[in-house]
Amino acid sequence: MAAQTQFSGGFQNAPVQAAHAFRAAMTVMARPGEIRTLMGTEPPAPLSMAAGTLLLTLCDPETKVYLAGDADTDAVCKWLTFHTGAPIVSAGNADFAVGTWGALGPLNAYRIGTPEYPDRSATLIVECDQLEQSGAILSGPGIKDTARLSLPDVPALQYNAMLYPLGCDFFFTCGDKIAALPRSTQIRTEG
Amino acid sequence: MSEYNFAYLDEQTKRMIRRAILKGLAVPGYQVPFASREMPMPYGWGTGGVQVSAATLTPEDTFKVIDQGADDTTNAVSIRKFFENTAGVSTTEETEKATVIQTRHRIPEAKLREDQIIVYQVPIPEPLRFLEPRETETRKMHSLEEYGLMHVKLYEDISQHGAISTAYAYPVKVSGRYVMDPSPIPKFDNPKLEMDAIQLFGAGREQRIYAVPPHTKVVSLDFEDYPFEATKANHLCDLCGAEDSYLDEVIMDDAGNRMFVCSDTDYCRSRRETGHVGRLAEENAA
Repeated sequence: MAAQTQFSGGFQNAPVQAAHAFRAAMTVMARPGEIRTLMGTEPPAPLSMAAGTLLLTLCDPETKVYLAGDADTDAVCKWLTFHTGAPIVSAGNADFAVGTWGALGPLNAYRIGTPEYPDRSATLIVECDQLEQSGAILSGPGIKDTARLSLPDVPALQYNAMLYPLGCDFFFTCGDKIAALPRSTQIRTEG
Repeated sequence: MSEYNFAYLDEQTKRMIRRAILKGLAVPGYQVPFASREMPMPYGWGTGGVQVSAATLTPEDTFKVIDQGADDTTNAVSIRKFFENTAGVSTTEETEKATVIQTRHRIPEAKLREDQIIVYQVPIPEPLRFLEPRETETRKMHSLEEYGLMHVKLYEDISQHGAISTAYAYPVKVSGRYVMDPSPIPKFDNPKLEMDAIQLFGAGREQRIYAVPPHTKVVSLDFEDYPFEATKANHLCDLCGAEDSYLDEVIMDDAGNRMFVCSDTDYCRSRRETGHVGRLAEENAA
C-alpha cells in the first residue's frame, strides 16, 4: 500500500461507492444481526475499513463526530476533516461517535433524542475485535423470529433498548465487516 | 448520463437523506424530518419517493415504478425514465425482477422478497393531520402515544355509517408504538405491510421520511367488535379472472357498462400469459 496521507484512502468514485456502502449500512440497520461487507476506503489506523467507509458515506460538514480513545489520532482527525469536513466534537454533542466499546462508554454521555424528535440521537460506530452471528439473542423489527450477534456489553445495550423510542443506534465494525443494532431491538442472553 | 451526478442528487443531499432513512429504520413508523429538495417534477408527483429512491439506488439495481398499481401511467413512465437517464439503472415492469420498487398508492400483489426495497410516495405523512392541523400538537401526541383521537375518528365512522368507512390511508400502529399513515394505499393492502422487504416512505412537500423494517409488526387500528377488514370490489378481474387482487372499476360507455380489472397491471399480465382468462377477455378472443 502507498504511504497513507490525509489525502489518500478516500472513495475513488464517491457517488457509486457511497451508494453501495449505504445499501450495506441500510441493510444491516433494517435487519439487526445480519453482517455485510463494507469496503471502498482505506482509513488511517486504527480505523477499520468498514468504520472509515461508513464515516465517509454518512458524514459531512453537517454532522458532528466524536473520536473516542485510540481513534482520536492526528492522522484520523486530518483524514476525516479532509474527506468529510465534519467538525470533531465531544461525546455529548456528537451525531456520530467512533471507537472501541471501552473507549466509547459510558453510554449516558451521548444524545438519545427528545420525545418529540427521537431521531436527534447519536449513532455509535463500535470497533470490535470480532463480529459473529452468535451470542446475544435479538428480536424485534427487522428480525424474523430471532437473530444472534456478538455484542460487547449486553446490559448496557438492554438499557438503551429500554429507552425506546429514545436511545442511541449502533453499528459494529470489524475489518471490512459491519452489523447494526438499532434501539428498537430487544436483547436477551441464553436461557 | 454524464451531465448528472449519479442518481441526480448531489452527494451531500444524498447523505442527508440516507441519515434520515437510517434513523427512520431505527424508530419504525416515526416521521424523520428531512430537508426535501426541489425536484424536476411538481409536488404531488412523487418528489419524496424520488428523493428516497435516488439515495437508495445503486447502478446494479433494477427499478420498477407503479402508479396505482399500473406500470404504464404518465407518472410511472416519467419517473422510470428519469432514473434511466440520471442513474443509468435498468428498469422493468415485472415485480419479480425489480430490486427497488417505487410506488404510488399500491403494494404489488406478488409477495415481495428479502432482497427487494419498496419506496412509497406519500402526500400527507401525518396520520393525525386532518384531526389536528398543528404540527406542534401532533408531534406532542406522538411523543405521548396519545392516539385516542384516531380511535374517536374510527368510532364516528361506525356511528355514522355502521362500519369503518375509511377505505385508503387506513392508519396502522407500527411495532406497538407509532401510529403511521401507510400512504393512500387501499386498506386491502394493509395486511401486506408486514413483509420481507424493506419499506421506505418519502413525503417531499411535507419533508418527512419514515420506514418499516422487514418482519415488523404492523397492526391496522380497529375495535374488538368492529375488526379491521381488508376490502375490495366483490368481483373477479374481467381480464384475468383473478379473485384475490385489488380491482379498479372502469366505466366502458355512456350506457353505464363497466368492467373490473386488476389495478396491478403486471400481476394481471402475468396471469393472462399463463392462460387465465376473465369475463371480457373471452369475448374479445371470440
